[in-house]
Amino acid sequence: MSNEDTLTGLAEIVEEVAGVSAADVTADKSFTDDLDIDSLSMVEIAVQAEDRFGVKIPDDELANLKTVGDAVAYIESHRA
Amino acid sequence: MTGIRLAPTSPGSRIAGLGHYRPEKVVTNDDLAQIMDTNDEWIQSRVGIAERRFASPEDTVATMGATAAAKAMAEAGMTPADIDTVIVATCTAEVQVPHTATQVAALLGIRAPGAFDLNAACAGFCYGLAAADHAVRTGSARTVLMIGSEKLTSWTDPADRATAIIFADGAGAAVVTASDTPGIGPVAWGSDEQHTQTIHIPDRSGRLFQEGQTVFRWATSAIAPVAIEAAERAGVSLADIDVLVPHQANLRIIDAVAKKVIAAGARPDLLVGRDIITTGNTSSASIPIALDRMRAAGQVRSGALVLAVGFGAGLTFAGQVFVCP
Ligand SMILES: CC(C)(COP(=O)(O)OP(=O)(O)OC[C@H]1O[C@@H](n2cnc3c(N)ncnc32)[C@H](O)[C@@H]1OP(=O)(O)O)[C@@H](O)C(=O)NCCC(=O)NCCS
Repeated sequence: MSNEDTLTGLAEIVEEVAGVSAADVTADKSFTDDLDIDSLSMVEIAVQAEDRFGVKIPDDELANLKTVGDAVAYIESHRA
Repeated sequence: MTGIRLAPTSPGSRIAGLGHYRPEKVVTNDDLAQIMDTNDEWIQSRVGIAERRFASPEDTVATMGATAAAKAMAEAGMTPADIDTVIVATCTAEVQVPHTATQVAALLGIRAPGAFDLNAACAGFCYGLAAADHAVRTGSARTVLMIGSEKLTSWTDPADRATAIIFADGAGAAVVTASDTPGIGPVAWGSDEQHTQTIHIPDRSGRLFQEGQTVFRWATSAIAPVAIEAAERAGVSLADIDVLVPHQANLRIIDAVAKKVIAAGARPDLLVGRDIITTGNTSSASIPIALDRMRAAGQVRSGALVLAVGFGAGLTFAGQVFVCP
């Protein structure tokens, strides 16, 4: 799976959890500042990303994922 | 040597009456914003609570429980002489000894019942309902008064915005009696013993701590499967469930659980208990308060199939299907 596919999959999750249009979920966007996603929605996104991509995203790692690009990079480097 | 003889069993048990008590004092988010750094918008969007009830000094776990219980007995058409067992689920009793159940019995004039308290935190109502069902079906009891009563405000720091905005006070009760057909399904219960300290009160400090995001993650992922398993154990299709009443912990947890239960086959218009909005999180009392208030509002009729699921400190959970009285 490529970065592109990871981004597409993540964007679908973000849309489902937070109601943000998947098209707006691009690598440079900050979850909090640009997409207006709060800490609890981030937890829900992490849980779904864990299931979908087969990675573990603990709470302390989650706190470091500021942008969509951070999350894609984390998923890419940790997936089985 | 003669063997041990068992008591005559009952083919089922059912809830014959429900009742609840909410303290008079309404505390709004704006009231809390006067004493701590918080605001209405944040509380409503993160937790879903608009207002909650706080007990007065005269309200104890026992008095609130007795008031709720008296209403449940009235609906069931039962007098104190009809009750042979009293169970109180609570994690906030003012004192450890004596336990609350005998105090409730004394307040209601119930003579010499079997009486015990049970602590399964916010899962207490579902554990207590299971204990009542087991007692009735095995013949240990004929009619049980099962109460969830909590005064969380005596165990939270009133100025701690991490907990004081969430937790509240109140009681709910059910009369559980023998029945020819099962009105209460098998319980799906369990716990996560790796997370004993995720919600805890250190020593006797009276200050509850919780790792909010850990609880949120656990509740939004682990609890819907418990509800689904409870329906399976009862042999009931999710599509036949009329109302889902999760423990009223956080509206976003409630909605996340409901979404998954609907995705698993429940009706899209499944009625969901969202009483936290005006009652707050009352731990073991939240499920019976929510259901009783939905009945009073005409949303849930007698005979409706209810799926309840409790979860909280421990971490502990339990769920079951039952028929609404
Ligand atoms: C408790 C809970 C509401 C906290 O929400 P959270 O998003 O995890 O809160 P955080 O502590 O991460 O804080 C997030 C932000 O809100 C702010 N905040 C925290 N508490 C606040 C409050 N009461 N009022 C206003 N702002 C608050 C923080 O300062 C932080 O702001 P920042 O991002 O600008 O730094 C949430 O974790 C929760 O409800 N979890 C489940 C707990 C539960 O259900 N317990 C009962 C089990 S029976």
